[in-house]
Amino acid sequence: MVTINGKSVAAEGKTLAAYLAESGYATKRVAVELNGEIVPKVAYDETVLSAGDEVEIVAFVGGG
Amino acid sequence: MAGNTQGGGITHDEWRAALDERFGRELRERFEGARVAVCGLGGLGSNVAIALARSGVGVLDLYDFDCVDISNLNRQQYEVSQLGMPKTEALPANLARIAPFCQVNAVNMRITEDDVPGLFADVDVVCECFDNPEAKAMLVQGVLESYPGKPLVAASGMAGISTANSIRTRKVGRSLYLCGDGKSDVADGLGLVSSRVLACAAHEAHMVLRLLAGETDA
Repeated sequence: MVTINGKSVAAEGKTLAAYLAESGYATKRVAVELNGEIVPKVAYDETVLSAGDEVEIVAFVGGG
Repeated sequence: MAGNTQGGGITHDEWRAALDERFGRELRERFEGARVAVCGLGGLGSNVAIALARSGVGVLDLYDFDCVDISNLNRQQYEVSQLGMPKTEALPANLARIAPFCQVNAVNMRITEDDVPGLFADVDVVCECFDNPEAKAMLVQGVLESYPGKPLVAASGMAGISTANSIRTRKVGRSLYLCGDGKSDVADGLGLVSSRVLACAAHEAHMVLRLLAGETDA
């Protein structure tokens, strides 16, 4: 299992890009930390989630 | 700024003494020695900048590309007489009247991905105060990539009239602090209500001051 925003999710083996797409996130509106490190946007396609990974997806909405 | 210069009819030492009385010399010196970047000077940024300047933060780097519009006046720290003026001119003028010893560096620019690596090396904290969600994500992404460990305070979710109690600050990873309710999107037609935006701006400003005070919990 992968911990995503504090919840246990069966996402191991998926790329970060695939997980974001199937979960409805717009990649231009998020910043993602994997095990405490920011994931560069260009690495979303090649970053494969593994069991035990801790993922924080910070999604931004408009207004300020 | 060293010495005992005059500003708006008071001396710098009088200003310092007043802050010492409010929260003590140690914090006042930390704030005075600090430099903070405020990116975006709208409902969040104009209020954040004023809170930081009033608290005696020594140097503020302000970034915006917009001019003051009548639709801003419900929540942003501008005046009717400033309509049409670049925010990077209007806010420094207002700050100079409020906190004359704050050194303000205002830059009229739209920060892009390519700018981020060159802008923030010398600041203690970066504060994201944009309104556009893609700009927010771009800045946060860029700061986390270019300046690992640099404290970064950002905001998401402060639109609408629902309770202000859902506005909070949380820490993400080791250096990102996220303020807001995380979901109230202005694109959902919720509008921007002064008091709720100010609550979020206050969270951001307070987190900046906590970081300058050496506190690292949200």
